[in-house]
Amino acid sequence: MFYREAGDFKTSYGSDSQTFPIKFDRMRYYVVLVVAFGVVPFIINDYWANAVFVPFLIYAIAAIGLNILTGYCGQLSLGTGGFMAVGAYACYKLMTAFPEVSIVIHVLLAGGVTAGVGVLFGLPSLRIKGFYLAVATLAAQFFLVWLFNKVPWFYNNSASGQISAPERTVFGVEVTGANTDAWAKYMICLVFLVVLAWVARNLTRGTVGRSWMAIRDMDIAAEIIGVNPLKAKLTAFAVSSFFVGVAGALFFSVYLGAVEVGEAFGINKSFLVLFMIILGGLGSIFGSLAGAAFLVLLPVLLKNVLVGGLGWPTDLAAHLELMIVGALIIVFLIAEPHGMAQLWRIAKEKLRLWPFPH
Amino acid sequence: MKKTLTTLVLGAALAAGPALADLVFPDLSYRTGPYAAGGIPFSDGYQDYFALVNARDGGIGGVPAKVIECETGYNTEKGVECYESTKGEGALIYQPLSTGITYQLIPKVTADGIPLHTMGYGRTSAANGKVFSNVFNYPANYWDGASVAINYLLSENGGSLDGKTITLLYHNSAYGKEPIRTLEDLSKKHGFTLTTIAVDHPGQEQKSQWLQIRRERPDYVVMWGWGVMNQVAVQEAANIRFPMENFIGNWWAGAEHDVTPAGMAANGYKSLNMNRIGDLPVFADIKKYVHEAGNAAGDGSNVGSVLYTRGMYAAVLAVEAAKTAQEMHGTPNITAAMMRDGMEALEMTDAKMDALGVAGIGPEFSVSCENHGGSGMAIVQQWDAAAKVWKPLTDYLESDAEVIAPLVLEDSAAFAAENNIAERCN
Repeated sequence: MFYREAGDFKTSYGSDSQTFPIKFDRMRYYVVLVVAFGVVPFIINDYWANAVFVPFLIYAIAAIGLNILTGYCGQLSLGTGGFMAVGAYACYKLMTAFPEVSIVIHVLLAGGVTAGVGVLFGLPSLRIKGFYLAVATLAAQFFLVWLFNKVPWFYNNSASGQISAPERTVFGVEVTGANTDAWAKYMICLVFLVVLAWVARNLTRGTVGRSWMAIRDMDIAAEIIGVNPLKAKLTAFAVSSFFVGVAGALFFSVYLGAVEVGEAFGINKSFLVLFMIILGGLGSIFGSLAGAAFLVLLPVLLKNVLVGGLGWPTDLAAHLELMIVGALIIVFLIAEPHGMAQLWRIAKEKLRLWPFPH
Repeated sequence: MKKTLTTLVLGAALAAGPALADLVFPDLSYRTGPYAAGGIPFSDGYQDYFALVNARDGGIGGVPAKVIECETGYNTEKGVECYESTKGEGALIYQPLSTGITYQLIPKVTADGIPLHTMGYGRTSAANGKVFSNVFNYPANYWDGASVAINYLLSENGGSLDGKTITLLYHNSAYGKEPIRTLEDLSKKHGFTLTTIAVDHPGQEQKSQWLQIRRERPDYVVMWGWGVMNQVAVQEAANIRFPMENFIGNWWAGAEHDVTPAGMAANGYKSLNMNRIGDLPVFADIKKYVHEAGNAAGDGSNVGSVLYTRGMYAAVLAVEAAKTAQEMHGTPNITAAMMRDGMEALEMTDAKMDALGVAGIGPEFSVSCENHGGSGMAIVQQWDAAAKVWKPLTDYLESDAEVIAPLVLEDSAAFAAENNIAERCN
């Protein structure tokens, strides 16, 4: 009825190829942005920021990053946790070495450092594929965690090996450290997510993104039609690692404030982000956001319902939570292997015909 | 999808509204995961004591205590979620039983004005109250523990460890790394050789570490372990026939469940303890007022075990601090800021512990504005596998303040400089 192309005329190539060609979709997108920027910061409190929004926004950035590599370029990676650690430690070293430089620049530089490391560990992808590449990235995961545990220079020789984020400000507002207001934490992550998601969306539908997808769909055919696999694979690793590195830097500096590499960036983190993109939908920006939202919100929701609402013992709730999340993952994979993004796509197709499907 | 979830979460959060007027003691426990074996008895002891105070004494100064349990799974992200979800309910004190979560919470509690008590864990230099206004780690900290272990070995060796080799087997995390700096200084002072071997989380796999110990044949192995790592280490030590009496765990590696899986082979294993165990009169009260009334935390099977006793000791200290705060401020309804003052003025004497039915559970100590670390004393205990009990070998041993005090000052000064904290108590 209201969700349709009819009557929505395009008069330029630009408007024809926009991300949200349907007017209703476009309006919805603007409404989401207005709510995210104009409403949420005024009503958010510490609990909502630290337990729900900030982790969701940060995991969404990481999921977009991994989706670029795995979903768009077809290179399976299990090194996300390790690359997040690179971002976090690079950010820590930069924050403590150059306290006068803005944290925003440090986070971006940390992403750059991670991109470099990512390219280095992406080199084997030129020779090996699939599961074998997964194992190579797994090695990156374990090596990086070991490195940050082993070399005291990375944690400035602190007694415990923990790194903790000092206070830093953006335009005079604290965004890291304990005295940060909930809205400031939320806003810095939101700005990073919106900008990076916009960049990712535009990269993936341009030349670079098309060459990634060509490699994903069939690398030999892609090479024959003139796609340079070296360039495509390494740019995918670089861009993906940049995103993951930014997520790691924010995870450490804004969200947790103090991390210990083995605990915060272990193999579990790699799997968590991988589950996010599988559940959300491979090769979809919206899927990355949906997957991150699902896996961040669901445990919090279950905990609040089971312990807070029903008053069950906490250990029983924690065990049930694992079972429910696990069962839902399996159900999703069977019922909709293409993830939530596909559900959304189907819903949109149906909406176009609604209410006269025939 | 997201919107529905958000609405649901919001609804659930609102439904679990705060109940005012009680004294709120959040219990950030872990009853799941690889560290649950230690988390369960500690949390049971902690909760049971508050239940006892409510049932027997009608609360603390007439105000009932309310324990809100939140499962962290020893995971820092969940720990942050637990902290944020409970602090709005009027939380008086946090005891996360995790060094990783402690590091997260130190800046947060300081900003929110809530005290944090990390009893024998957490950041060691928090003992310096001049820098850490809201963090307390009495009665003893890691560096005290390391020093007590070395002092014990000194007494075993006639006062000299010259030429001996000591291996530190540690959990590869902030927790396990804490004692290294002290042990390095002590090795310079006493002339022993220190080697360190890390065990990665969760510590289920230690074959290579014990192979290295078998090859190097150190005179002593000191362990900083927690959770499943302890049982595996004791078993592996038995497998390579390492003499158990030369194997000393710290106070988080000396509970019944750490040694029972190895059976008779664990006989003679030693560990530190910061609290005495034994049949305290308070256990009878707990059984009578709490367990028989059907209010036991957990399954009620842990009464009297090492970590149950320690969890209860943590609750005793919290209740005594709350009483002190009530006296100081002349009101039974204390706030977190008043609780902090109470902790800073806390004094534990033998007479007080006697009256509470926990005679000799800990050493006598008093907290002051400068010293948040207590007396730093610990005992050494040994496992008797036939009788299945821990036997105390020593009375409370002193730590080497000469080595530890400068380290605490140095580390806390670094923290103060990093975070622009001005010294208090001047």
